[in-house]
Amino acid sequence: MSQAQPAATGRLRDRLDATNLRLLCVLVPLILILGYLEGDKLFGVAGLRSMAFQLPELGLLALAMMIPMLSGGIDLSIISTANLCALSMACFMTTWLPAGHGAGGSLLLVGYALASLFLAALVGLVNGVMIAYLRVPPMLATLGSMTAVKGLLIGFTHGNVISGFPAPIVFIGQGTCFGIPVVLVLFLAVVLPLSVLINRTPLGRAVAMIGSNERATRYSGIDTRRSLLWVYLLSALLAAIAGIVMVARFNSANAAYGESYLLVAILAAVLGGVSPLGGFGKVSGVILSLLILQLLSTASILLGLSQFITLAMWGAILLLASGGIVLKGWLDNRMRNARPATPADLPMKTLDGRIP
Amino acid sequence: MPEPFKRLAQTHEARLLLVILAMAAILLVATPEFATLQNLVDVLSANAFIGIMSAGLLVVIITGGIDLSFAATASVAQYAALTIANRAGIGWPGVFAIALAIGLVLGLLNGVFVNSLRTSALIVTIATMNVFYGILLTLTHGADIFALPDWFNAGIEFVFHTDEQGAKLAVNFQIITVCVVFALTWLLLKRTNIGRQIYAVGGNPEAAQRVGFRVGGINLLVYGYMGALAGVASLVQAQFVQSVSPTALVGRELDVVAAVVIGGTSLSGGSGTVLGTILGVTLIAILKNGLILLGVSSYWSMFSTGLVIIGAVIMMALETRKHRVVAEKGGAA
Amino acid sequence: MTDFLQLEGVSKAFGGVRALSEVSLALRTGEVHCLCGQNGCGKSTLIKIISGVHRPEPGARIRIDGETLAQLTPAESTRRGIQVIYQDLSLFPNLTVAENIAVGLHGGPVKPVNWKRIRQVAEAAMKRIQVQLPAEAKVADLAIAQKQLVAICRALAADARLVIMDEPTSSLTRTEVDALLALTLELKRKGITIVFVSHRLDEVLEIADRVTVLRDGVKLGTYDAKEVNDRKLATLMTGKEFNYACVARDRPPTPTVIEVKGLSRAGDYADIHFDVRAGEILGITGLLGSGRTELALSLFGMAPPDAGEIRVFDRPVRFRSNRDAIAQGIAYVSEDRLALGLVLEQSIAANLTMSVIGKLVNRAGLIQDKLFGATVRRGIDELMIKTGNAGNPVKTLSGGNQQRVVIAKWLATNPRLLILDSPTVGVDISAKDGIYEVVKQLAAHGLGVIMISDEIPEVYYHCHRVLVMRSGRLAGEFVPGRCTETELKEAVDA
Repeated sequence: MSQAQPAATGRLRDRLDATNLRLLCVLVPLILILGYLEGDKLFGVAGLRSMAFQLPELGLLALAMMIPMLSGGIDLSIISTANLCALSMACFMTTWLPAGHGAGGSLLLVGYALASLFLAALVGLVNGVMIAYLRVPPMLATLGSMTAVKGLLIGFTHGNVISGFPAPIVFIGQGTCFGIPVVLVLFLAVVLPLSVLINRTPLGRAVAMIGSNERATRYSGIDTRRSLLWVYLLSALLAAIAGIVMVARFNSANAAYGESYLLVAILAAVLGGVSPLGGFGKVSGVILSLLILQLLSTASILLGLSQFITLAMWGAILLLASGGIVLKGWLDNRMRNARPATPADLPMKTLDGRIP
Repeated sequence: MPEPFKRLAQTHEARLLLVILAMAAILLVATPEFATLQNLVDVLSANAFIGIMSAGLLVVIITGGIDLSFAATASVAQYAALTIANRAGIGWPGVFAIALAIGLVLGLLNGVFVNSLRTSALIVTIATMNVFYGILLTLTHGADIFALPDWFNAGIEFVFHTDEQGAKLAVNFQIITVCVVFALTWLLLKRTNIGRQIYAVGGNPEAAQRVGFRVGGINLLVYGYMGALAGVASLVQAQFVQSVSPTALVGRELDVVAAVVIGGTSLSGGSGTVLGTILGVTLIAILKNGLILLGVSSYWSMFSTGLVIIGAVIMMALETRKHRVVAEKGGAA
Repeated sequence: MTDFLQLEGVSKAFGGVRALSEVSLALRTGEVHCLCGQNGCGKSTLIKIISGVHRPEPGARIRIDGETLAQLTPAESTRRGIQVIYQDLSLFPNLTVAENIAVGLHGGPVKPVNWKRIRQVAEAAMKRIQVQLPAEAKVADLAIAQKQLVAICRALAADARLVIMDEPTSSLTRTEVDALLALTLELKRKGITIVFVSHRLDEVLEIADRVTVLRDGVKLGTYDAKEVNDRKLATLMTGKEFNYACVARDRPPTPTVIEVKGLSRAGDYADIHFDVRAGEILGITGLLGSGRTELALSLFGMAPPDAGEIRVFDRPVRFRSNRDAIAQGIAYVSEDRLALGLVLEQSIAANLTMSVIGKLVNRAGLIQDKLFGATVRRGIDELMIKTGNAGNPVKTLSGGNQQRVVIAKWLATNPRLLILDSPTVGVDISAKDGIYEVVKQLAAHGLGVIMISDEIPEVYYHCHRVLVMRSGRLAGEFVPGRCTETELKEAVDA
């Protein structure tokens, strides 16, 4: 009877939805214009490499923000969690690393990474319990955990920078693997399974449904509390991986690193099509938006513009993008001459008179 | 216990007051410096900036919106007003006028965007924050201004007590301003019809539209008010630290949100009081002050604040759940 | 008797679709007039034209108090005393009753609030219809019936001459409905014209002087309320004849799907016994507040009982959550379809599969396209859901189709017992029939069905047995056919 394939699984065709097309319409001309202005520098080996090195940490943070936003919430504690992971790695490495760096050293590093990820997972769990079981609004719960974690880090480190790490970490941060930066490989290794998780697993679908209507999802038999717990656990883990990337790239760790990234992560997610109200958003969209943001950032540096201009540009792009959507909606309306109230358009009221 | 009194005692504000009094009692006993006038003046002055911002944010949050750009607005206002003050002899009225005007304009810009863009106020103000801050830093290169006009550094004060050592205690610029701002905000919210419209828009924006309130106008008003207060607060802060730093204010937005939220204001709009906000700011202020006086390393003050926030929001969530269960039972005739 | 409002030749189209065609309507001063019609018949458009929100096409004439108006704006409409009370009541939950009633005083330029005057205006309005509401209470703390009174007082305080009420009775108990109807008569005595828009045809007829029926944008006619009954109205509204016959029969010798003994839950219901066999449709009816929904939620695992026993296929069960109930084969179609039954913004496909998504995976835990697609297709085919694209948001469907999506969603879980709570609320009369057919088919296939409803005809004609609940207790068991519809109604209203 119905022909259209339900858009549930990650097919290429489904990826090319309205948001992604819009982003491509921005990205492609951008590449062309910037290529014309700065082609050799921007898209030369050095330029591409520098972008490839910088993208992963913001990318991971944007993805860490995306998952809670899909569920209709938000996670303000991702930067603090990233720093927690980074600092604990740093502490481990500066305190207990054996002199040589053979296989044993690398294994130890992996152990430290897992331990740091575990700490981050604890933060995620606390967030999840507060939000899913105690029903604390996500913004407030993660505001609290963000402050507490950052405070904890400052308490322990006195705000000092910890640096001087062994070679394997430096390799991760600044080395390449067949010409591709290791951090980018790490990023891709995270992005692909994450995308599968969101698009093709019951948990991923549940998260989106919860974002659109948590009560109805619960009534339908989905364990919403457990799903939300997973959401905040995942965002903490993604933030933690971002922390590892940060500590590797900067070769140092500090409780206050990356502060400006918090709001930019939100910006990148929203620009990428993640609805602030929840329920909708694609990893591919976030990637596209990250590419746009990164291109602008690197290009402006190459053009000799101040690095601060980048922030302003990113803000402006988000405003323009939102304005563009509104304009399009207005134009659509004008062209259709405002369709009448079909049964579907009639104000739908729930039993107690609210409009859902 | 008589009925109205009992109802009063169950409010969020009453609980906050209890906690504050308990903390004060502990500090009274534990350290001699807490209960001195000097300390009181110091704490008030140090927290005036957050207090003024909280008043503005309270008004915005009541309508169901939010603003994360006020610190950036304050930075711009501060820098512009004092740069001009250094170059031209404008005095207090001039510096106030410039800071207020800049804050107002940037705030109105927020209001316009919130009205016209179909996206949440959170996203809009994050975007404008980046734009304001980015442009400011580009133009100033992040440079601080350490040399401010003497008349500015001197501030405005009314000395009310001189102790034996000749040290003066004064009601200073910070204290005067924060008191005036809270009083003004209280008047606006409780005593003017516009204030009630602000609550109405937060309670049911659709109904507000239907009964003829101009929701767009209200948005312009509240974001403009927040911006203007950000301008005023920026002067308060600059005078307090006797310098202007474009990078110092941005990053403290969430502290202000925390204060307002602890004060009992719901992020979904429609509720919130000036008293609650004052108590929220006071709670955090006394906590920080107390930790310092007790000799706890200042490095742990943020952690303690974080724990307080977590405790407060959990408590509020449990309150809401209880209230909702009761309401459902009562409402389902 | 003079006319307060006269509309002639009102037409309105949006884009290429015609909402109203040459509709004429005359409202007499002080009458109670009911506007009937299915979704999409144009009644909301007509109301919006009366309240000035929409402008009719040229050629229409609007006369208020005999004065022809060039055009009607919202402000002008309000000035003339036209007040619309929407179904959501448009109240401010965080403001007091007095402020909500006197809300007009808050408008205009900046000025200090005059609390005394607000209180005066509110009390005057309440006095006019002799109601007593706590003026300083927050509206959020009131019950729905009281909120309705606040909305009516607000209309009065605004010097209403015409009050249009959109579905005012949908959330009220019988007693409250009676009170509202009495209030309407009181308003009528004061010379205020009332327009009711309601799908509760029996209530409509109780109180209306005249009834206007719209269908597909055309006015079929205005009738004296004494000339029509609800069946005739239904026929007019839909253009179809509805003839129902009792489906009651002897109890089949099939296994007992669910049995309930001595079930009690403090404050909701007490001492409930019944059982449902496979293939049976058990109706549960009673006034609002009789504990029916709470009972259903207990069977569904969302509101555990304090005492008593539930047995599913003769095995005692204790549900810790609705997931346990679903695992035991119990499905619940909530009365609040829009908030609890569907995720409106998400696609039809997503809604159809959401309860079984965990089962549509392969060994790696990934959703299988084939299984997913098959589930969607089966739901659409079996329930005959009219949609072109399962990827569209479910909010684009009509009420009847939406309800089919909800039922299909639950059928995918292979339930043994389907609990339907007010399944045809907000569904057009013609679509209701389709839902009843579906339910009959499901029972014929061996499902046990519990149908909870407060529409007596609905349970009388479509259930095998009917239980009546009153104040949380069982007040009687009836077999349609062996008793009359009136007897059942009396038992409920007693």
